[in-house]
Amino acid sequence: MNDVFAQLVGQPEAVATLRAASRAAAAVLRGEAVGAGAMTHAWLFTGPPGSGRSVAARAFAAALQCTEVRKGPFLSDSVVEGSPLNDEAGPGCGVCTGCHTALAGTHPDVRFVVPDGLSIPVAQMRDLVLRSATTPANGRWQVLLIEDADRLTEAAGNALLKAVEEPPDRTIFLLCAPSDHPDDISVTIRSRCRVVPLRQPGAEAVSTLLVERDGVDPATAAWVAAAAQGHVGRARRLAGDREARDRRAAVLAVPRQLTGVGACFDAAAALIEAAEAEAAASVAATDAAERAALETALGAGGTGKGSAGAARGIAGQLKDLEKRQKSRATRAQRDALDRALLDLAGFYRDVLNARWGGAVAPVHADTAPLAEAAAQRWTAESTLRRLEAVLTCRTAIDANVKPRIAVEAMMLELWQG
Amino acid sequence: MVSQVPSPALTPVVLVLGDEELLVARAVTDTAARARVVDPAVELREMDADTLLVGELAEALSPSLFGGRRVVVLRRGQDAKKDVAAMLLDYVKAPDPEVTLVVAHAGGAKGKAIADGLAKAGAEVVPAAKITKHRERVDFVTSEVRRLGGRCQADAAEALIEAVGHDLRELAAACAQLIADTDGRVDAATVARYYRGKAEVSGFAVADAAVAGDLPAALEALRWALHSGVDPVPIADALADGVRTVARVASAGRGNAFQLASSLGMPAWKIEKAQRQARGWTPEGLVKAMRAAADCNAAVKGGEEDRGYALERTIAAFARARAGGSR
Repeated sequence: MNDVFAQLVGQPEAVATLRAASRAAAAVLRGEAVGAGAMTHAWLFTGPPGSGRSVAARAFAAALQCTEVRKGPFLSDSVVEGSPLNDEAGPGCGVCTGCHTALAGTHPDVRFVVPDGLSIPVAQMRDLVLRSATTPANGRWQVLLIEDADRLTEAAGNALLKAVEEPPDRTIFLLCAPSDHPDDISVTIRSRCRVVPLRQPGAEAVSTLLVERDGVDPATAAWVAAAAQGHVGRARRLAGDREARDRRAAVLAVPRQLTGVGACFDAAAALIEAAEAEAAASVAATDAAERAALETALGAGGTGKGSAGAARGIAGQLKDLEKRQKSRATRAQRDALDRALLDLAGFYRDVLNARWGGAVAPVHADTAPLAEAAAQRWTAESTLRRLEAVLTCRTAIDANVKPRIAVEAMMLELWQG
Repeated sequence: MVSQVPSPALTPVVLVLGDEELLVARAVTDTAARARVVDPAVELREMDADTLLVGELAEALSPSLFGGRRVVVLRRGQDAKKDVAAMLLDYVKAPDPEVTLVVAHAGGAKGKAIADGLAKAGAEVVPAAKITKHRERVDFVTSEVRRLGGRCQADAAEALIEAVGHDLRELAAACAQLIADTDGRVDAATVARYYRGKAEVSGFAVADAAVAGDLPAALEALRWALHSGVDPVPIADALADGVRTVARVASAGRGNAFQLASSLGMPAWKIEKAQRQARGWTPEGLVKAMRAAADCNAAVKGGEEDRGYALERTIAAFARARAGGSR
């Protein structure tokens, strides 16, 4: 179970593709001839959030850097050419130095781009493209992995396009995006990539993973897997983080609190404040550490003659840092709000499902009675309108509407139905 | 606080407290003028307190070998270093009669000890704080006209402020121009003859009219605001804020504005205004208006081609929502 692809839940097709490609990549390295299209220089992993886009990309990167092909768990001596087991054979043992360092993010030839701000600026992309053109240090592959490629600005996308168009021999580009829609990734980049579509893993697959890998007890695993709506990371956070569970409970209490216009505004303010607090808590420690490091590097806090002048000079640099930190905080806040809105949308989906007597299981098992009760009172149309209001709010926040205004409008519509 | 009639006696230490440039500059010129009355050959020295060394200050404040008066203007008194501040406070206890020291202080919390110390030691304090209240601005205009030898009623002052804007320098210049152009009597008709239009219309003025259901006034205010360069985004935010305020105040029920202030987290005047505006709104109307405000927020941030039209449509939607009409 050490295999790098084992972390990819419920994606058999994608895993088969990636295994075949990494086998072909290993063959290329050995100098053997492989068929056209067996290995490709650019890959695009698409799928809904939580489906494991970045996990797949990382696993593939590890498989490309795996140095222990022959000792891998699936390619022991017992495997003979042509046997069905061979489909599972290939690089990616998960234990060799290559795999381990690639997964841990310390491999010299694997470069991760994990944007924590709102977008990936062109300057950063140019720098990365330049580095990606160098020969791999270990003689295998130079891998550039871009998580959230949908956050590339137009200029950054074009800078990347140039490299993807004429790639160096041993460079592999791995991009992750929610979909291959032009809104997410430009058509010019997409047309030069091989797309690996990932699907939303089923609740059973997620709960099995939680039980097996994280040791969560089966009952908890079952409900958090359903509540996370196929998002593996979110399910794990719900299972392990008490505060995350409390926040979710607070969000699911919202529909009951909407008793009037004033209550709507209070609920909106509470939701925004909770998201702000969550975001602030997640970035506060990093922000303070970054600031302290920069100040130390620039010689702040010094005493004596001339120290005041030096301190004035660092203000500009601190301002730049604050700008970056603000972008990160805004993103963290929006992400937190989006999670809350998804939970809320799940509740209204449950109501609709209960109203229609659908055969599918509820998203939020713990509020199922509440959803049943609501289904008695609300018509299907008004429930749909409410669901629509939540989804409109998500789109609006994505379109840079002030979160407070978008959430207030949503709350009022949830109340009115 | 605005009128600055030069006092005849020349005090040895003057503290100009505040950061309204025009008033600070006037206080300094007035003091210099007063000194010139006593001695026409008075020497004027200006220095910045933040880069000043103790020795320089001591030299400036000590009597001249050849006699003669001197006016020392110390700018940015709030930025004075510790030793300079200590010396200032020491000097003010026994000022040199031949020297007039003018200390300009921004009036904030920074370097408060200097301002307090000087005032306590008997320095003449000239207030020069920024004018923020409308009433004070009207007073400034009327007193400005009077200072220039004219007469001016409050309505004329209001009209002038609306047309020229809030900048004191521009207002002072406009007053001087009006006095020069007329016989000294400034009334609303005079102002209307020379000044037309509105200089500053904030998003809140637009929102107030829109939420009150006054469609023509709201559209007019919007046009003025856009014309004078107010960005559509703050106007859209103000519109949303208007609906929010009315909705929260209306749902809080009737009550004393001052009692509601703490529970709603808003100043009492805002609540009083919203209570007046809330008449005529139904909860359903507020839902529609808030939706329109949220859509408008997206529209002005790149959602639509014509941001002005998006705002106009939102204002019209407010009026319909208030009247209880359908979307």
